[in-house]
Amino acid sequence: MSVLEARAVTKRFGGLTAVKDVDLVVNEGEILGLIGPNGAGKTTFFNCLTGMETPTAGDVTYKGAPLPKRPDLITRAGVARTFQNIRLFNNMTALENVIVGRHTRTRAGVFAAVGRGPRYHREERESEETARELLTFVGLGKVGDELAKSLPYGDQRRLEIARALATEPGLLLLDEPTAGMNPNETAAAIDLVKGVQARGIAVVLIEHDMRFVFGLCDRVAVLVQGQKLLEGSPAEVQSDDRVIAAYLGKPTEGDTATGGDTGGDTVEGDVEGDTA
Amino acid sequence: MTTQTVTETSGARTAPDLGVLLTGAGAVLLAVSAFLPWAGYAGFPGKMTLSGYPGGARLYVLLLALPALALLRPVAGRAAALRAAANVELAVVALTVYFVAYAGGGFVNVGGGVYPAMIGAVLYVVGSRRLPATEAVAEGMAFPDASWRFPVESLVVAGTAGLALWLFVIGLGMPISSIASGSDLTLGPLSINDVANSGQFLAYVITIAGLALVAGRLGLLKSLTIMTGRHPKLFVAAGFIAAAAFPFTQSGSGESLSIAARIGVFAAAAVGLNIVVGLAGLLDLGYIAFFGVGAYFGALVSGSVTSVTGVHLPFALTIVLGGLVSGIFGLLLGAPTLRLRGDYLAIVTLGFGEIFRITVNNLDGSAGPSLTNGPNGVSNIPDLALGSFNFGANHTLFGIDLSFQSNYYWLELLLLAFVMTSFLRLSESRIGRAWVAIREDELAAAATGINTTRLKLLAFALGATLAGAAGTVNAHVVKVAAPDSFTFIESATLLAAIILGGMGTVPGALLGATVLYLLPEKLRFLHDLRLLVFGIALVLIMRLRPEGLVASKRRAREFHEHETDPAAEAVA
Repeated sequence: MSVLEARAVTKRFGGLTAVKDVDLVVNEGEILGLIGPNGAGKTTFFNCLTGMETPTAGDVTYKGAPLPKRPDLITRAGVARTFQNIRLFNNMTALENVIVGRHTRTRAGVFAAVGRGPRYHREERESEETARELLTFVGLGKVGDELAKSLPYGDQRRLEIARALATEPGLLLLDEPTAGMNPNETAAAIDLVKGVQARGIAVVLIEHDMRFVFGLCDRVAVLVQGQKLLEGSPAEVQSDDRVIAAYLGKPTEGDTATGGDTGGDTVEGDVEGDTA
Repeated sequence: MTTQTVTETSGARTAPDLGVLLTGAGAVLLAVSAFLPWAGYAGFPGKMTLSGYPGGARLYVLLLALPALALLRPVAGRAAALRAAANVELAVVALTVYFVAYAGGGFVNVGGGVYPAMIGAVLYVVGSRRLPATEAVAEGMAFPDASWRFPVESLVVAGTAGLALWLFVIGLGMPISSIASGSDLTLGPLSINDVANSGQFLAYVITIAGLALVAGRLGLLKSLTIMTGRHPKLFVAAGFIAAAAFPFTQSGSGESLSIAARIGVFAAAAVGLNIVVGLAGLLDLGYIAFFGVGAYFGALVSGSVTSVTGVHLPFALTIVLGGLVSGIFGLLLGAPTLRLRGDYLAIVTLGFGEIFRITVNNLDGSAGPSLTNGPNGVSNIPDLALGSFNFGANHTLFGIDLSFQSNYYWLELLLLAFVMTSFLRLSESRIGRAWVAIREDELAAAATGINTTRLKLLAFALGATLAGAAGTVNAHVVKVAAPDSFTFIESATLLAAIILGGMGTVPGALLGATVLYLLPEKLRFLHDLRLLVFGIALVLIMRLRPEGLVASKRRAREFHEHETDPAAEAVA
């Protein structure tokens, strides 16, 4: 059964088509890798799925229902994300960051906060317990009282995942979860993503570390110049000449089914710079 | 008692350090000078002509020499603490000598104690700079976990709250030249006596700041923070009780109470603004307009003869409705403008503040509908009455005479308590965390499931509601609501109060409001230079303590980046 279905998602910025007619189905409990050269539109596609950008065309459904437009409603519906350039609440502690993630799953309003009845206290306690449990889950159990910005880089990525998990998502979108990590941290990240999967959460991840992608993902989709080149098992994608061509820019003969218009152009010469 | 002792590297017994000798000599001279006459003429506050009695500013000189006792024992942070004490001491001596000479008509009229004081202060400064700086930085310490910890800590915590208020009361009770609203910037004529009083007040403020600095360097403030952090409710309760007891110390006089009540209303508005600026990070430059909405609403339904409505609502209802009406204005202004960020929002709120003032100025029946009496405002607001209790009458309680101002003072205290409770509870709640998250990173907050528009609107409306409630109280305290009380400078002063005091904290807002209300009053002797000095003082404070006088933990860390782990930034 599918968790997320994106149909013909297109995003144009003026004359530039960053994402063009991308279809993507994410099945329940799977880890899907989204790869592609720089500027292929991967992050823009993520932005379209999470309400940061409004797609120019196409539609997205989550568990059968159309996805709302606003980011907070999408998160509430069950799609959570992390960012390529980490976006934590820097001057809050690690624990507070995760507790903020509970926002959509808790109710206390102004009057409850000022009045502080028993329900308020119960909710606060539950939020904190959940947050501590998640911090332990991502391996940050001991640094809950540290400021987010004072954590090492790898821990900041983990904290972002913990914060996303606190929203109780059915689908987690990870934008380059191992960027800037050393090999040890990357190995730990594999375990972490598998742990997320074991909680019954489907994962889509953008990643440039191929060993990470092919070692972890159930399926891999390749995005090149805003279009989906192919989709398949890691083995299929790994052995596909077009993928190698897209990354390395080798001129191949006769096999430019989707990227035909670029002919022999190298990927390096093809910078769109829209991945922010 | 709460500081660490460390072994001194230079060997304390063998060869007394030159710095120690000079500092000690300076301190002794200063202490002696405090018991000698400083003025050759009568009339300067503090009985400066008497010898054998350390009155007036001489007490401050004595107090600031006391930290030199630390020379007897190597205490952590000693050198830094003494340097601070000496610098402040020099400032206090110089200031006091200047004022004694100025008020006495020349330097010839100073008393004999001035000379040892000046020499002592210089020695103190020079000596303290030569102290060996090898000692460890003082760390805050709490009492060990023992059965007697709770009573001792409670006493210290409650005592601190009491002491803080007592110091405030002393400062408040010092005669000031003329009483006007905090930002009434016009100058009245000054007598020599006013000048002398101003000098003594300045010396007082500087001394308190200096002693706080010394305590900080010795690690005492950290210990205190740990202790108050462990008994926050006790601290607040002690402070509140001390504040509530204040009218009983005034022996029927109402002057200080009236100032205190105005500071309280000002502080309540500052705390409300702190929600908008300190928590949610929305720069509101027209906040006083919401205060004005409340004030006008309160005035119009007060039953005043100058009110065109002729309505007289019970005050409990007035305050609630005033808050609500103001909150609705907040919603009306916020709904279209909160999509703007930073500077743009600031400009719109600035415009709103001006629109409000100009509008109430024109609703006088000729330029617009008759509602506010234009520039004259709604005046003669009658005294409040709760049942048979008349706020305008003096009362006697427990055999102590209380002026009618104490009624308004208590009313203001209740308002302040309510506003403070709301702020503290909100800031620690789901809503408060969401506000801080929006301030930190709006996009990430949205991606974490926070409806950013709605929460920003909530902060805006809530801030407006609290300001409105404070406004209705203020209208009854000052008995008038007029347009010129709601100028931009008022908004700016409120904003300065929370930035100066410390963004996002309640004690910060209280302290900032007090300082900003009192300082311009007490600086009157400077005539035209007053605002310049006021500005310089603000710039200095922001330079020395960018996180504000009482910083929240979060902001303190924000402004001291170098203390964080450099590894965090290395990869990013």
